[in-house]
Amino acid sequence: MTGVLPGVAPMAVPPGAFLVVATLLFAIGLAGALLKRNALSIFLSIELMMNAVNLLFLTYARMRGDLAGQMIVFFVIAVAAAEAAVGLAIFVALFRAHRTVDVDKIALLKW
Amino acid sequence: MNQLWLIPFLPLAGFLLNGLVALVASSARAENESGADHPGAPLPYAQRLFHGIVGVGSVGLAAVLSFAALVPYALGSMRAPEGLAPIVQTVYTWMAAGDYTVDVAFRLDALSALMLSFVTFVGTLIHVYSVGYMQKEEGYGRYFSYLNLFMFAMLTLVLADSLPLLFVGWEGVGLCSYLLIGYYYDKDFCAAAGKKAFIANRVGDFGMVLGIFGVFALFGTADFSFVELAKRQVLAGNAPLGVYAVCLLLFLGACGKSAQVPLHVWLPDAMAGPTPVSALIHAATMVTAGVYLVARCSALFVLSPDALTLVAWIGAGTAIFAATIGLAQNDIKKVLAYSTVSQLGYMFLACGVGAFSAGMFHVFTHAFFKACLFLGSGSVIMSMHHEQDMRKMGGLAGRIPQTFRTMLVATLAIAGVFPLAGFFSKDMILGSAAASGHWALYAVGLFTAGLTAFYMFRLVSMTFFGKARGHGHGHGEHAHESPPTMTVPLWILAAFSVVAGLLGVPVALGGSDRIGRFLEASVAHPEIHEMSHGLEIGLMLLSVGVAVTGLAWAWRWYGKAAGPAEAVSPEAQAFHERTGALGRLVANKWNVDEGIEALVLSPFRKIGTFLWRGFDALFIDGIANASAFLVELLGDLLRFFTTGHVRNYALAFTLGFAALVAYVWMS
Repeated sequence: MTGVLPGVAPMAVPPGAFLVVATLLFAIGLAGALLKRNALSIFLSIELMMNAVNLLFLTYARMRGDLAGQMIVFFVIAVAAAEAAVGLAIFVALFRAHRTVDVDKIALLKW
Repeated sequence: MNQLWLIPFLPLAGFLLNGLVALVASSARAENESGADHPGAPLPYAQRLFHGIVGVGSVGLAAVLSFAALVPYALGSMRAPEGLAPIVQTVYTWMAAGDYTVDVAFRLDALSALMLSFVTFVGTLIHVYSVGYMQKEEGYGRYFSYLNLFMFAMLTLVLADSLPLLFVGWEGVGLCSYLLIGYYYDKDFCAAAGKKAFIANRVGDFGMVLGIFGVFALFGTADFSFVELAKRQVLAGNAPLGVYAVCLLLFLGACGKSAQVPLHVWLPDAMAGPTPVSALIHAATMVTAGVYLVARCSALFVLSPDALTLVAWIGAGTAIFAATIGLAQNDIKKVLAYSTVSQLGYMFLACGVGAFSAGMFHVFTHAFFKACLFLGSGSVIMSMHHEQDMRKMGGLAGRIPQTFRTMLVATLAIAGVFPLAGFFSKDMILGSAAASGHWALYAVGLFTAGLTAFYMFRLVSMTFFGKARGHGHGHGEHAHESPPTMTVPLWILAAFSVVAGLLGVPVALGGSDRIGRFLEASVAHPEIHEMSHGLEIGLMLLSVGVAVTGLAWAWRWYGKAAGPAEAVSPEAQAFHERTGALGRLVANKWNVDEGIEALVLSPFRKIGTFLWRGFDALFIDGIANASAFLVELLGDLLRFFTTGHVRNYALAFTLGFAALVAYVWMS
């Protein structure tokens, strides 16, 4: 194994497994985002996709021995936190106005 | 002392000062009155005094400077056998392109000295006259600032050492002419007359600009050193045809500015401006710029005899054509306007037969008597309370004796009565035409001289003789003489109308033709034909005889026999009726305006309408509207993709991204 960071024990689990898990997570998230009608569920699915990407970043960072990947993950987590706050606020406002968070029922911006 | 640039720039300073003060004062007045008061009230005395002093002072000072420069030059030049070399002063470099430069340079030579003398002298007198004439008019400050601006442009034109700088002055006088014709801009016909003058001059200026380019193409320079090159016949390119073309183009410019047929139509209409403006711009100075241009380029013109022939015939044609119209006009200023057109034709006739100095001499003398006549007519109009129709005048000789006497002198001068100014200059022209063998041109000129004497004395008779013909207790009975600011310039101009001709007493009469020898250095003198003095004196007697006949005829028809009710004698009435259609045609100015309307303006309007309705509205707008319609149609179809369902968008996004990845993968 090449690219191991100094002072860190070699990986017990092969990196390919991480990649498979991340891909699966992403696919599940994507399916959820496209298929679910509840805004909150869609939102959660997107979070799942985002975390799948985070996992990819970390895996590749470890494989390549490059700290930049890890650093980006921190940024993604920070942005995701802010995004969660804004997104949830929008859902609360939507619910107050329409008494529902079903995205198929909130389709006012059309031709 | 010899700072030539000061001469045009003093009036420019006057223009700025008068214009600024008039603007500031009028806006201050507008605030005070807030529109409730009558806006046409005359200016306060102090402000009028200021405008008068600045207006007259700047031009007067320029006149003093000009004479300080030109008198020593002229005297020195007369003494030197070959004349003095021109004085050229460069102020700064205006344009530089490679090793060719156009400078703002001023030139004093025989030709510009002659122009300078009467432009500044007559200009100053007319400024003084304006102080009296315009005192009750609105926009006194505006008037004097425009008049000063005109003097700046005219002096630039006269003193310029290159065609481009001359063109600046040329356009400047055109602008001031437009501004001053439209001085009473709230009257439609004044505004229209201003526009007409401007547009008719555009036609000429189009030729003028191309002519300047042509001079540059022929000689590689546009400053007046090209005259020397032309004299030595140093030409580039296809000389004979090129020279002919350039001469025609320059002459087109001269025709526009100097109101030659068929571009003369603007000058009679220009009488809509105040009378001193007509005197200064449309009689004495600006309209002679075309003659000046031809004389300035005379060395070029003599290289093309065909062009000269054309100049001569256009001039002769204009002279007789305008004179016939002058016979039948009843507006006192219109008679003088057509007289001016006719006299300008004379000047071109002189240039055309190669007698450029005779043409310039006539420019010089004409400035005095025509300015005197116009200013006199202004005095008449003012005493008649703005009545310009001569049929309503009559019997003014006793009421405004000073105006009468000065106008009579000027009339005799323009008619060519010996020994007044007009006799010498007109005779020099006729003599040159005869001496160079152009007997047809001579005959036209002689006949025109008779017509001139006739219509001018008709004017004097209808205005001053007989009995007052105004309505009821007519205007004429209440006529009063003008103030001294107006009569003094009249007397001075009348005096010069008498003596100005003495500069050019011909050799045949024991003189030495000073003006001709003075101008020799500046203008070309192609071939000198000598006539026997006996023949020359015979021709002089003939022309004086023709003039006197014209005068007497007019006296018989309009002076002696005119009754209190009718302006003309029964004989004149009967003659007019006998001429029938021809008479009506002449009275209607040969229908030139209608002809231009039918042949030029109307087709142009039709083309314009076609381009508007057919090309612009249908074709250009059609392209724009059709493309807008297509885009709208496309939008109408595509907008159904905006379903409002977030999940559709997400799916589209995903599929699109997948397609992109697939594409990158493949390639």
